[in-house]
Amino acid sequence: MNAMTTTAEPVSPLAHLSAEQLDELAREFDAIRDRVAADLGERDRRYIESMIAMQRRLAVGGRMALLFARHRPAQAAGATALSMAKILENMEIGHNVLHGQWDWMNDPRINSSTWDWDTASTAEAWKHSHNYVHHTFTNILGKDKDLGYEIMRIDPQQKWHPVYLLQPLYNLLLMAFFEWGVAVHDLDFEAIRSGRKSKAQIKRELAGIRDKAKSQIIKDYLAWPLLSALATAALDGALEARRPGRRRGRAGRIVRRALSGGGASFRSAAAANASANIVRNIWAYAIIFCGHFPDQTYTFTQEEVEDESPGGWYVRQLAGAANIEGSPLFHVASGNLGYQVEHHLFPDLPSTRYAEIAPQVKQVCERYGLPYNSGPFSQQLGMVQRTILRLAFPGGSQRPKPGPYRGEDHPVL
Amino acid sequence: MAELGATPKVPKLRRKALHSVRSLFTPLLPDDYLELINPLWSTRELRGRIERIDHETLDAATVLIRPGFEWPGHRPGQYLRIGVVVDGVHHWRAYSLTSEPERPDGCISITPKLVEAGKVSPYFVHGARPGDVVRLGGVEGMFVLPDPLPEKPLFISAGSGITPIMSMIRSLHRADALGDAVHLHSARSAEDVIFADALSQIDFAHEGYKLDLRLTGEQGRIAPGDLDRLCPDWRERHAFLSGPAGMLDALSEHWQREGDRELLHMERFQPVIGGEEGEGDGGTVRFTRSGVEARCESGTPILVGGEQAGATLPFGCRMGICHTCVGKLCRGEVRDLRTGRVHGSEGEMVRTCVNAPEGPIEIAL
Repeated sequence: MNAMTTTAEPVSPLAHLSAEQLDELAREFDAIRDRVAADLGERDRRYIESMIAMQRRLAVGGRMALLFARHRPAQAAGATALSMAKILENMEIGHNVLHGQWDWMNDPRINSSTWDWDTASTAEAWKHSHNYVHHTFTNILGKDKDLGYEIMRIDPQQKWHPVYLLQPLYNLLLMAFFEWGVAVHDLDFEAIRSGRKSKAQIKRELAGIRDKAKSQIIKDYLAWPLLSALATAALDGALEARRPGRRRGRAGRIVRRALSGGGASFRSAAAANASANIVRNIWAYAIIFCGHFPDQTYTFTQEEVEDESPGGWYVRQLAGAANIEGSPLFHVASGNLGYQVEHHLFPDLPSTRYAEIAPQVKQVCERYGLPYNSGPFSQQLGMVQRTILRLAFPGGSQRPKPGPYRGEDHPVL
Repeated sequence: MAELGATPKVPKLRRKALHSVRSLFTPLLPDDYLELINPLWSTRELRGRIERIDHETLDAATVLIRPGFEWPGHRPGQYLRIGVVVDGVHHWRAYSLTSEPERPDGCISITPKLVEAGKVSPYFVHGARPGDVVRLGGVEGMFVLPDPLPEKPLFISAGSGITPIMSMIRSLHRADALGDAVHLHSARSAEDVIFADALSQIDFAHEGYKLDLRLTGEQGRIAPGDLDRLCPDWRERHAFLSGPAGMLDALSEHWQREGDRELLHMERFQPVIGGEEGEGDGGTVRFTRSGVEARCESGTPILVGGEQAGATLPFGCRMGICHTCVGKLCRGEVRDLRTGRVHGSEGEMVRTCVNAPEGPIEIAL
């Protein structure tokens, strides 16, 4: 950590830009978007189709292995494949399809208006709270409900309350049960308290979560474990039947062995499914928390963004987000949210294009003296956790910001 | 929402079986996994596999398609909505079915003619390969053989207008009902005759089918006055017309004046918007989803008015056949620009491309 401008209250990242410069900047970002949009075609479609096919194959493979979940290697292999399938399904596929990134294909299935995903949030509630509220009011204190998700203090400008002392604890719970946290968060407590949401709407949204919960519980903790129990019971029963031995009491032995094998398999499969859900939750939590809460990111007050121009909006998006550096595999597994900056500038461009436009975005940042926040995964996650611990207690100051991006030769951190 | 194919005729038992295991796959459906093995197994939308592509002329090709499930059937003369992926984007078009519904192999065919600046016809004529999968939508159209079959049909076709007529002739051929049929077909040159081989085979097989081929490059276009010479009893025949708008206008006028308009059947792919039919005074449209307000002058479809006012609206064929542009009418009445009929009640789905507002309306788009 060298060459940083250390100030208690960071200067707004766009303070040095004139209105004309901001307009020019907006035109440059618009041009990047237009170039990508005009170039979308068959290779992009192939990518998302193959990603969806891979995710489904992983899911089938995982479920098949878990039919014999009583055997440790099958359980481990099945849980791994299923975790990977669930991660892809939520991140690179679900999140991005629901953003409308693939709507240009005019495909009736891979479309933000018809897609549903394997998580506790209904697509409709998610599109409102995420696509609209979070992506429009990104990092504006009091407006972006994703800043701490209304339960955490992750910016020193948020007022302290004694309940935040428990924040390190419920941070861990949120990590493990992230999808449920997100689903409840979508309800928007503030809107409910202030009466902006009608009773009928609250009821409808709760029913939506209940239905999603019901189908996930039936699928992961009942139906598939039951199939696993049946498969193992049939196998174990057949093995017992082929064992040489006395004829007397044989039927009983077969039934007993089938029942015990089946029961064990049911429990092992349910445990594997639970672990896949939790692995997916932890991963999604980690990637999403690294998107906006590392030290480098800026937050904005509502006064700061009054009369914001399109150029100002772009600057807020890129200054409020932080990238995660990683391998291509890491980027796929994170739904390309390692390119959080590019995603926030162009939330509805296909995720595969973010890596391609990153150099152009960096170049714009360099020319306009703007930050381009980025860092390795472990560093970003470490910063987030440190902030969560520190801000559980009163006080705290803004972390130092890296300042304008100055090219690859001048690492910012 | 993007257009989806027709619901296939899936055996009941199969549908029930798939339905009973759906909770294992939520939020997806068993279909989503089965489609990985074979995309034709989709029970949500009918798909088909291209079996063969035969080039009829330099710029027209017959595409033979095997539907994934039993073909629900069509009436000869009708057209099919068909969806293909071109450069990553799903496109839908309507093409006349050129196959007869009674084909024993269960296949269907269309015969697109190349439109240079188009998206879909270049795919079918040049890009498509056997094995490609296409989406099969609804079958529509009122230009069909009447029931009972006419004893003395007269077919008048020009250029690619022969496509719906081909299905009719093939169907009659299969039913051995071409006892006394006259077919006047025009094409620019001998190389431009679509179905040249098939037509001459039928001509050869049926004494009663008389084909008169006219090469307009040499002989000029068919004129109403030629009818008395080419088919003296044309007034008594059920006539089926398909071709360019100019030919249809001239001939339908002729029937109006000298023949029996009741016996004339014709296909207009381009609806005559702004014809003699009533156009109304237009009106204002409020698009409830986008909040855009638009003013449509007399004869201006809702879609066009909305686009001019800056609304992004769904659209497809722009001629009233594909239903991509439909929106729910919340208030007011609309005028069908093809017929002049004023209609509309709350909750009705209206096609914005062929309807104009009749006074102030609201539509959920």
